[in-house]
Amino acid sequence: MNEELIVSGRNIPGVDPHLTLWHWQIPLYLFLGGLAAGLIFFASLYVIMGKEEKAPTAIKWASFITPIALVIGLGALFLDLRHKLFFWRLYTTIRLESPMSWGAWTLLLVTPLSFIWSASYLRELVPSWDWKFKGLYDFEGWVRRNRKPFAWVMIVLSVILGIYTGILLSAFNARPLWNTSILGPLFLTSGLSTGAATIMWLSKDHEEKKLFGRIDLLLIVIEVFFIVHMFMGFLASTEVQQEAASLFLGGEFTVAFWVFVMILGLLVPAFLEVLEWLGYKVPAAVPAFLVLFGGLMFRLIMVEAGQITRYLY
Amino acid sequence: MRYAMAIDTRKCVGCADCVVACQTENNVPMGYARDWIVESVSGTYPKLELEIRSERCNHCEDAPCVRCCPTGASHIVEGGIVLVEHDKCIGCGACIEACPYDARYPHPDGYVDKCTFCVHRVEKGENPACVEVCPTHCLHFGDLDDPNSDVSKVVAERKWKVLAPEAGTKPQLYFLL
Repeated sequence: MNEELIVSGRNIPGVDPHLTLWHWQIPLYLFLGGLAAGLIFFASLYVIMGKEEKAPTAIKWASFITPIALVIGLGALFLDLRHKLFFWRLYTTIRLESPMSWGAWTLLLVTPLSFIWSASYLRELVPSWDWKFKGLYDFEGWVRRNRKPFAWVMIVLSVILGIYTGILLSAFNARPLWNTSILGPLFLTSGLSTGAATIMWLSKDHEEKKLFGRIDLLLIVIEVFFIVHMFMGFLASTEVQQEAASLFLGGEFTVAFWVFVMILGLLVPAFLEVLEWLGYKVPAAVPAFLVLFGGLMFRLIMVEAGQITRYLY
Repeated sequence: MRYAMAIDTRKCVGCADCVVACQTENNVPMGYARDWIVESVSGTYPKLELEIRSERCNHCEDAPCVRCCPTGASHIVEGGIVLVEHDKCIGCGACIEACPYDARYPHPDGYVDKCTFCVHRVEKGENPACVEVCPTHCLHFGDLDDPNSDVSKVVAERKWKVLAPEAGTKPQLYFLL
């Protein structure tokens, strides 16, 4: 037995008795950042492949969600800051060692670009829209002529955005639950899956709905594989990581993780998507909602549980 | 120059004088602390062992808090002391998450705060406040690169451990056993 007690009366909000510093803001942002990354990825992918007609919703309608998700996510990040008026300090330096610095700069690029992307489709969706200024019409024309290079920039940024949300956590070696290199690819896959599910939900085109249902199914399978792999890694690792895994394997997060993330967020939507593939009628909203719900729960649980795990000494 | 501290766990009685001295010297807000006392009990009754440690920031050589800071507010100065520049800190909390020792805290004013090894005293050639007041003389501070410093001598003579060496941070608090 080993018991460690702070006996000099320390009661710091957010730090004692264990870290609860990051609340709902960070996981909400991680979710929205992943969702935006997924939406941008598929929109850019189909533009790059030159198959715009196969994924009209992904490229046009769903792209309007991206800037909204990013702005809400940025708002959540801002709320998390405790020294808010100094936020601009993020942009007076580039720190290659800090994933948060990478993220801040990526967001600075990707947010305005996602606004431009959606705005360039606005007149196709709302034919009566008037840009009022000639300069804006010229700019729109220039964006339209350069769709492919634009898509290349966006797809690279989307992968950085999606994977950094995981690397942000995995870089903290003080928190054994987060300190696994699989978290980057796992969060990226989960973000792409939420993006695909949203496109499937919004699409009115039957072929596109089917296509994104299949893509989402594949991503869910990869995600489950990564999660199983993550636990295998933890259980074969040091004591602190075995303890981290035990939070989900009998510990206090067992029910939350397996019911909300694994069953409702991954297995049930995968099952529904398989049923749909086999020809049964399944309303796309159901699996899509479950995937989005599971994605948010996954990040909420990972952030909260990760802060409990620590080194023993 | 490599500032370090040695804490004699055999002499420490856990009086928390170091904690109060630090709070007074550095105007630490109520309920907060830059240093603290840990009572560590191990073994099975009746064979129990008690270790008392006065803990604070480890001023790590490979500091994860400095690495993850997105603005460069967390930095290392001459002598290896890890500091936070308040006007650069955005209070994102990354460094608090990154510290295996939970040595940092969000100051009520917004920025992140922690032990500075009393750099304002050290610059004048004085000891940190906690070292100065310790009634059992269990705290030793000085330059590890100077073989004649107080801390170099005890670290050379005594058996010691550092906390969570497996975290790879190369901590600079030496707990004498």
